[in-house]
Amino acid sequence: MTTGVEGYMYPNEITLYWSVLIVLYPYITGLVAGAFILASLERVFRVEAVKPTYRLALLTALSFLLVAPLPLQLHLGHPERSLEMYFTPHRTSAMAMFGFVYLWYLMAVLTVEIWLDYRHDIVVMAQSSTGMKRWFYKVLTLGSNNISDRALAIDERVGWVITLIGIPSAFMLHGYVGFIFGSIKANPWWSSPMMPVVFIFSAMVSGIAAVMLLYMLVTRLRKQKIDMLCVDTIARYLFYMFIVDFSLEMLDLIHRIYEADESFRSLNFMVHTKLYFSQIVLQICIGTLVPIALLGLTQVLQLHEIVRKRIYVAAGCLTMMGIFAMRWNVVIGGQLFSKSFLGYTTYKMALVTREGLLMSIALTILPLFILWALVKLLPPWPKTAKGELPA
Amino acid sequence: MNISRRQMLILLPAAAVAWESILAGTPESSPNYKMTEHWWSMLIDIPKCIGCGNCVRACQAENDVPDGFFRTWVERYHVTDWNLENPEVISPDGGKEGFPSVTEDADGKYFFVPKLCNHCADSPCTQVCPVGATFIGPDGVVLVDQTYCLGCAYCVQACPYGCRYIHPQKKVADKCTLCYHRITKGLTTACCEACPTGARQLADLKNPKDPIHAFLKTHDVQILKPQMATGAKVFYNGLDGSVR
Repeated sequence: MTTGVEGYMYPNEITLYWSVLIVLYPYITGLVAGAFILASLERVFRVEAVKPTYRLALLTALSFLLVAPLPLQLHLGHPERSLEMYFTPHRTSAMAMFGFVYLWYLMAVLTVEIWLDYRHDIVVMAQSSTGMKRWFYKVLTLGSNNISDRALAIDERVGWVITLIGIPSAFMLHGYVGFIFGSIKANPWWSSPMMPVVFIFSAMVSGIAAVMLLYMLVTRLRKQKIDMLCVDTIARYLFYMFIVDFSLEMLDLIHRIYEADESFRSLNFMVHTKLYFSQIVLQICIGTLVPIALLGLTQVLQLHEIVRKRIYVAAGCLTMMGIFAMRWNVVIGGQLFSKSFLGYTTYKMALVTREGLLMSIALTILPLFILWALVKLLPPWPKTAKGELPA
Repeated sequence: MNISRRQMLILLPAAAVAWESILAGTPESSPNYKMTEHWWSMLIDIPKCIGCGNCVRACQAENDVPDGFFRTWVERYHVTDWNLENPEVISPDGGKEGFPSVTEDADGKYFFVPKLCNHCADSPCTQVCPVGATFIGPDGVVLVDQTYCLGCAYCVQACPYGCRYIHPQKKVADKCTLCYHRITKGLTTACCEACPTGARQLADLKNPKDPIHAFLKTHDVQILKPQMATGAKVFYNGLDGSVR
């Protein structure tokens, strides 16, 4: 039982209870929130350059949101009791609100916004397709077949309002995840009012990078030309967000180092030993400083389109990895040290168990399959202009 | 064997009493227990603890605690001179089988610290439970409804003292119940009963006749991690500043 323990752990602390699945949970919800906020740039803030990614961002957010509860569900000792969180939520528990925040975001924001935006296309597809597909789209219209200019204008207006509600909702969805960790006073690695803020900004960074990469990949697969103005704009926003995110994380770090409270020596030792690779190397150096430097280059130098594309792909991939490392360091790092500050344990990830490596890989890939299906059913690139019926 | 009607009339109630004693341990069968009349806590007298591990063994036997997990455990501290911040602490198998001996010429001081759930009045574990499966009763005992617990382990993360674990078979949160099945019957806890030196004493803060009141008046007692403001109700006499 005591293998992998250095120093003294309280005997019940040797086993880690929040596994890689709980790392995936904030990672996935972060992608949802980030992708949605990128979509809202176009809708609310009228950043027209990012329009080609608007629908893709929404579908990406939906794909990941549908998977978000799965790691939690699989992690529970009694998944069959999870609905009790809806029926008898404990009002003082931060975690009890998850179901409501999730449902609000899924049902009141994301699906409504997607439906309103696609309503015209759905009606057109219901009229132009045949067989099962026709029925499918007919059901999706919810009986609303009016695609007159006036009806579409109302859709547009309501969609705008929904997005406006959606921005604080996206902040709430992910800031709330940060609060689940940040409000645990027993754990000095987590306990910080900065946690929700850092989670929100890192969510935006990962979501923007994910949509940028997906847009470039999908456009390439469709053998279309990548809209460089769009990608340049997204990369610029990614760069700005990353600077803010990194500054906040460094502020937290500097504060901890300077204040050096009772937990500092223990946590400092952990960062320089057990978390050295995942925190210093992967998260801070390769996953943050390198992409910021790469994106910074594109802001100050006049680079050729091909070079820019390669830089964006490299920076995007490193960003995705860096944010995953950040989630890992928060969740796993927070359980590696003893609350006695006298010792450390080791996280041993299983391979084929319910909370093992293969399951986490499957859960990471699953949203991409859902996205593929959604893109097939609701193509993000309109075949017809609004208000027109297909020939 | 022939049993007369008279013998039967005696044997039947006797069998019922025997059966009742087998069932002892279910609070439902404690009709005379009034929760609001108690406020349970525990007193740990550190100078009296000899690190024998009797309490840990008694707890495991009484409560069917799985191997490798502990509702109570004993730590041995070794503090050299003024170096309070770097004590050497061990608790081999929770101190269940005692501790390795110490050479007489060893530096510094050695002492034992029994640990258990602090049954906090403002417990972070009950605060965070998403379904209220863990709760504090009117008698001050923090319990887990294992038929309702999701096994999310949020309470395990929230406990500053490392007193909770997820039961490997039941897949729900588990911890010290202060032997609720015993104390509601007027008995003391298994650990207190097994302690050969009286280092652990169950105390009822609502009972004016409980010796705890006299003890608290005359001794310097402390709780663990008071900065956590959890309202811990396990009081330690002679607690060294190095203990965390």
